[in-house]
Amino acid sequence: MKVLVPVKRVVDYNVKIRVKSDQSGVETANVKMSMNPFDEIANEQAIRLKEKGTATEIVAVSLGEQKCQETLRTALAMGADRAIHVVTDAELQPLAVAKCLKAIAVREEPGLILLGKQAIDDDSNQTGQMLAALLGWAQATFVSKLEIADGKATCGREVDEGIETIEVTLPAIITVDLRLNEPRYASLPNIMKAKKKQIDSLTPEELGVDVAPRLVYTHFEEPPKRQAGVRVESVDELVGKLKSEAGVI
Amino acid sequence: MDFGLTDEQRLIVETTRAFVENELYPHEAEVERTGVLRRELVEEVKAKAIRAGLYAANMPEAVGGAGLDTLTWLLYEKELGRANYALHWTCVARPSNILLAGTPEQRERYLYPCVRGEKWDCLAMTEPGAGSDLRGMKATARRDGADWVLNGTKHFISHADIADFAVTFMASGEEPGPRAPRKLITAFFVDKGTPGFTVRPGYGNVSHRGYTNAILEFDDCRLPAEAVLGEVHRGFEVANNWLGATRLQVGATCLGRAERAFAHALDWASTREQFGQKIGRFQGISFKLADMAVEMKAAELMIFEAGWAYDRGTATDAQMAMAKLKATEMLAMVADEAIQIHGGMGLMDELPLERIWRDARVERIWEGTSEIQRHIISRALLRPLGA
Ligand SMILES: Cc1cc2nc3c(=O)[nH]c(=O)nc-3n(C[C@H](O)[C@H](O)[C@H](O)COP(=O)(O)OP(=O)(O)OC[C@H]3O[C@@H](n4cnc5c(N)ncnc54)[C@H](O)[C@@H]3O)c2cc1C
Repeated sequence: MKVLVPVKRVVDYNVKIRVKSDQSGVETANVKMSMNPFDEIANEQAIRLKEKGTATEIVAVSLGEQKCQETLRTALAMGADRAIHVVTDAELQPLAVAKCLKAIAVREEPGLILLGKQAIDDDSNQTGQMLAALLGWAQATFVSKLEIADGKATCGREVDEGIETIEVTLPAIITVDLRLNEPRYASLPNIMKAKKKQIDSLTPEELGVDVAPRLVYTHFEEPPKRQAGVRVESVDELVGKLKSEAGVI
Repeated sequence: MDFGLTDEQRLIVETTRAFVENELYPHEAEVERTGVLRRELVEEVKAKAIRAGLYAANMPEAVGGAGLDTLTWLLYEKELGRANYALHWTCVARPSNILLAGTPEQRERYLYPCVRGEKWDCLAMTEPGAGSDLRGMKATARRDGADWVLNGTKHFISHADIADFAVTFMASGEEPGPRAPRKLITAFFVDKGTPGFTVRPGYGNVSHRGYTNAILEFDDCRLPAEAVLGEVHRGFEVANNWLGATRLQVGATCLGRAERAFAHALDWASTREQFGQKIGRFQGISFKLADMAVEMKAAELMIFEAGWAYDRGTATDAQMAMAKLKATEMLAMVADEAIQIHGGMGLMDELPLERIWRDARVERIWEGTSEIQRHIISRALLRPLGA
């Protein structure tokens, strides 16, 4: 079974985000970029499936500027077999990404598409769901436990009530949550081997997709600064404040 | 000239950095507090380092290492250098390159187990009476039939307590020199447990908690001829052929530690307020940051340029001495100023600064003191002029 793993290049989770002075977006110049952590988990899961013999080939996909190749190299160094880069400098919104991924899925015919549940930059949490709708495939989102056997995936989903277990028929879209696994380090020997792995470049036009944004971002601003806390002397005082000031009890 | 990193180099830096931050930083407080690197901890972290292919990464692929070129190896050393030295040196060991000089039998016995993480090496040159002037060593190796008999004392020998064997340099004879006779030196493999060879605990020292040093005693220690590493009387040549880049390694670890200290200083200068404003607004503080950044940049360029030259076979002793000198003195300055920017908080063990400051001290002493580096640089300038 071939597994497709879309990976997004995002501002590293350690970076303190700054809004551009003209409020047009978030500052990304001279900022450390990394693979979206949830996509790392998806890639790790694909590698584990391959190690178990369930998956036979892992194809990593990234969309965006030239530098996305760095993210793909990371995916390859972790253990993906080859990569596809959809090259575009356009602003990409979830629907456009889902359409491009659909076009790639039609070409590649994977048995499974593993995505992060969301990207940590825009937190849209839409791409996987849109892709499932466009392909007409089953979907399981927020997956933190995954077993694959006999053409079916048994998925534990993290929902408010606890873990919900559902079964989906393959081919399917699965979006992964934090607790599914702990991604490995790209080991030094594998980093060297990744050099020889192939990255194919395509454009949205070649895929027949119009990626023009459908939504307009008006502006970005910093979240309000947190007020300094106060120290309470006793439990009674704390309870008092929770009642009178916070109004939570 | 190309100052950019390749994709592979960038990934190696990322993996090493992530490993250092996730697997080494969490154990630093324990090692700093107790001064001891627990064996169980070593085994746990070592297993992870082996899995990530970080262990023995300095070694060629053919012997089981990662086959990094010198420049990439130095990038990796820089990242490791951020963390407590004992932790990275022991858990992510880089066996001495000199083991590559061994015969096939010696490789089986010493090199491969070190690369696999089953054995540790140590290197014994320094003696109580012979530090910078290594040729002045008094410990001797005397032939006795087919055997060699070793006598004398070595001290300051790093992690000899945990090492399984020592590559030991001994005076094995004399040859006529231009002014006075010169000692001939031979290198030997000496296994722990060889009769006549004892390892005693060394001294407590201000730098690198958990990183031990030991005293090695040789008392009629008998070794077979197969214990000789390289050629008889050619011990320094073996060392010079293989150990050249270790000065750059020391310098590279200084770059990483300086970056870590600097990040704290920058953060503090941009958040701490006194007299109603961020202290970074005072020129007395901001200019320190500028000077630190310049020193760091200069040291980094020098280390990596020397590494680049090393890979091309054009690195000179003076070039490597300059890079080591700059990087180690830079770290001393950056660590000191980072503490100054923090004021009292810089001295507290809440932050890694007091430690980086202590650890910086040894870097100007081992692998050739700053004076010895200046000696090497100045001789390269003056010798051709007959001065
Ligand atoms: C923590 C630690 C670990 C070590 N680990 C090892 C190890 O694993 N193996 C090993 O073999 N050694 C090891 N060493 C020894 C280290 O390499 C020596 O300390 C170093 O070479 C300096 O020698 P010394 O301490 O005897 O100082 P000395 O050589 O006695 O120097 C004293 C002072 O005189 C100066 N000086 C000496 N000669 C000259 C000159 N020609 N011109 C100008 N100034 C000069 C020096 O710069 C220094 O300031 C270690 C040392 C330390 C501190």
